[in-house]
Amino acid sequence: MKYIDEFRARKGAQAIIGRIREVSKKPVNIMEICGTHTHSISRYGIREALPPTIRLISGPGCPVCVTSASDINRIIEFSRSREDAIIATFGDMMRVPGSASTLQEQRAKGGDIRVVYSPLGALELARANPEREVVLYAVGFETTAPTVAATIMSAKEEGLKNLSVLSLHKLTPPAMRALLDAGEVRIDGFIAPGHVTAIIGALAYEFLSTDYHSPCVVAGADRRASRHTDARNPARRGPVRNRDRI
Amino acid sequence: MCLGIPGRIMEIKGETATADVAGTRKEISLRLLDGAGVGDFVIIHAGFAIEKLDTARALETLKLIEEITRP
Repeated sequence: MKYIDEFRARKGAQAIIGRIREVSKKPVNIMEICGTHTHSISRYGIREALPPTIRLISGPGCPVCVTSASDINRIIEFSRSREDAIIATFGDMMRVPGSASTLQEQRAKGGDIRVVYSPLGALELARANPEREVVLYAVGFETTAPTVAATIMSAKEEGLKNLSVLSLHKLTPPAMRALLDAGEVRIDGFIAPGHVTAIIGALAYEFLSTDYHSPCVVAGADRRASRHTDARNPARRGPVRNRDRI
Repeated sequence: MCLGIPGRIMEIKGETATADVAGTRKEISLRLLDGAGVGDFVIIHAGFAIEKLDTARALETLKLIEEITRP
């Protein structure tokens, strides 16, 4: 069991799509919450494979996309005013624009901005640069928040004094509730994010069925889909079972 | 950034493990997960193992796919 290959089951996917086409009569709107879902839906042509009665709507997306311009301005301004500090950030924040600039542009102008894969990368920077303050630009949903918390715990245990965190973590269930309360979009069901659910549990979405009578399914997204960027290459498209966990 | 990738734990030293992620060896932290041992598959996010994969549940899902595939 490799937990990936087994789920790339073309025949299974075709059979499921066939059944959906058979039974789908009335129009339904289904919102996928995670940007990785959206990526997989586009990459594997899932929208086109489904009957026209089923409309997929992209939801709140990813914590990077929903980081406000003012929060990006804040870290850029910090980098400008504190040349002695090192800013550690996840790579995908680099090109997200604030009002006038991006972290990438700020780095080009001389800001010491380092890309880390894990919050632990910021811990290593703090260890290696004891004379400088290291600021972790901590953007994320429920999945990332505990990794930052564990990093803070490790820093405390080691007695590191030069690591700070600018915490911009956000929660997903309140965003789903806000969307339903706004009433601007009719949503008949949700695809909830697998990685977030690994942390908060599926019961966190119970309010969707009890308060809004809206069904919800938790699904991960195919790893390959999110690691490669050749979504436009039709030769690599094909229906697959779109999950690697749960 | 919200990637969770499956990896297999090869070696454990304290709270740190070496995991095989699609053929690449990676250092990961086990701080957020109890009960993961050598040989287990875990979901890794931002350098941390966040969930142990459950073979029985995976097989159950595969069985469901198999069922729907049969005409």
